Amino acid sequence: MGVATATQRRLGRLEGAALRGVMVRELVNYSSFWRSSTFSSTVDPTIYLLAFGFGFGSLVSQVAGYDYIDFVGTGIVATTVLFSGAFPAMYSTFVKYEFQHTYDAILAAPVDTEELVTAEALWIAARTGIYGCVPMLVATLFGLDPSWGMLLVPFIAALAGFGWAGFGIFIAAKAKSIESFSYWQSGLLTPMFLVAGTFFPLDQLPTWAQILGNVNPLFHCVELVRHAVFGLEGWGDIGHLAFLIAFGLISWRLAIRYMERRLIK
Amino acid sequence: MTGSAITLRGVVKRFGALTAVDGLDLDVPFGSCVGLLGPNGAGKSTTMKALTAQVILDEGEIEVLGHRLPGDSKQARAQMGVVPQLDNLDTSLTVDQNLLVFSHLYRVPKADRKGAIERALGLANLTERRASKVDQLSGGMRRRLLIARALLHEPRLILLDEPTVGLDPQVRQELWALIDKLRSDGVSILMSTHYIEEAERLCDEVTIMSHGKAVAVGAPRALIAEHAGPEALEVYGSPTRLGEVEALAAERGWRTRRTGTSVAVLHSNQVGSREDGGVSDLGDAAGLEGERRITNLEDVFVLLTGEEIS
Repeated sequence: MGVATATQRRLGRLEGAALRGVMVRELVNYSSFWRSSTFSSTVDPTIYLLAFGFGFGSLVSQVAGYDYIDFVGTGIVATTVLFSGAFPAMYSTFVKYEFQHTYDAILAAPVDTEELVTAEALWIAARTGIYGCVPMLVATLFGLDPSWGMLLVPFIAALAGFGWAGFGIFIAAKAKSIESFSYWQSGLLTPMFLVAGTFFPLDQLPTWAQILGNVNPLFHCVELVRHAVFGLEGWGDIGHLAFLIAFGLISWRLAIRYMERRLIK
Repeated sequence: MTGSAITLRGVVKRFGALTAVDGLDLDVPFGSCVGLLGPNGAGKSTTMKALTAQVILDEGEIEVLGHRLPGDSKQARAQMGVVPQLDNLDTSLTVDQNLLVFSHLYRVPKADRKGAIERALGLANLTERRASKVDQLSGGMRRRLLIARALLHEPRLILLDEPTVGLDPQVRQELWALIDKLRSDGVSILMSTHYIEEAERLCDEVTIMSHGKAVAVGAPRALIAEHAGPEALEVYGSPTRLGEVEALAAERGWRTRRTGTSVAVLHSNQVGSREDGGVSDLGDAAGLEGERRITNLEDVFVLLTGEEIS
């Protein structure tokens, strides 16, 4: 009897059916909280955009060869990626396994940890791809000229968002309590968010800060978005892209590894 | 495929210095309802988690529906339903939405999804509450929804981890009726519980667990007959009097069980000297007076483990 008994073949890794199942859960849940989620993911970066745009923009007109609104209006995509990628991944992952026990339910169905983590990261990446563009679109109201290259921006944001989602899940998997997130936020994510070339260029900074900036995935996201909008720069941008892909792969595997430790006893 | 829906052999699971499951053997024959009975900390939940490969064994073997765990756990999970002890429903979603999500997770084909949800709603008697959000449901309804969720893909095997813990007696009986119906539909069931009555009523066979080990296996009535006899004599009195009764019983080799205000003398119909074996014999033989009552699994449990169960 039954529907499932017909499937006697060996089930493999990373199956579409399992990924879809986890994403359907996210999608259905999202239908009930999309307002607050969209608000927190897009309004914060937009406020940064306006604050820096008007505040800083009144002091400087040109930065690194760009009008300041062009500079910050493209760089802000990375901020949104961080806000709508890493933070939801950290908090929602922790809440789902620690308080709601959602992952217990999912892992009792034919879904493995690898599929669970992958699907969660893909879902956050897809959301980030869309949210990432919102402050940039706001910037177009304040003088950022639309360009065809902007069509690449959702994909860049989604790629970077996948990496940050994985990283956020990894942080959540390591966290003993939700309070320990503040170490990661204040000690790592906030400095990264500021030293990413979003609000001011890195080449004015001391060498050590420039080196740190170069290992910051947000910096590579900023550069890639800016160049996509104003003109790609060949090998340099392939390097930025490669960095983001590597970041995505590493944080994805880290997230799976630590979630397995957390969920499978 | 073996003749059992679940087979455990020599299962050991340690958490640091604690051995939660300590050499457990267990069989759930197809179509039967088997109970894991034991107090909190006996290793029931760890055993249940091992069956979905959410706990990985240190030693021993598990086969579920013919699939070896943990390697082929996903195939096994595709054909079984799990009702967890902790409520892990999505509380901001409706009853319908919760079932829709799990119809995807359990890979119910698109054409069957709607029918599967209707069927599960009907079984759990939740059709009228389908549009309610979970956080508006009572505890009993939430538990029924957890069961409905585990039935969407018409599993051949269901794991119930403490299915009625924390519910009112009346709600508990509703759930028993539901579980009993599944059993009569031929679904194999493994249920962990620390409610004696639940195991007695629903299970074809129980495994009594204590400190990670199986201390007795058998049909509830058979276990009771073997270990406690058909009747007990419950003697009430002052602590001093109860002490005397225990001493007297020990002297004559009778098995007793101390509860708060009484001592139960087990096998009470066999301890007498007269041929009809009546309880009145006890009075004759030892000058004891008390209430006769039917023995139960709890008597067996206490006798075998020395622990009170609930």
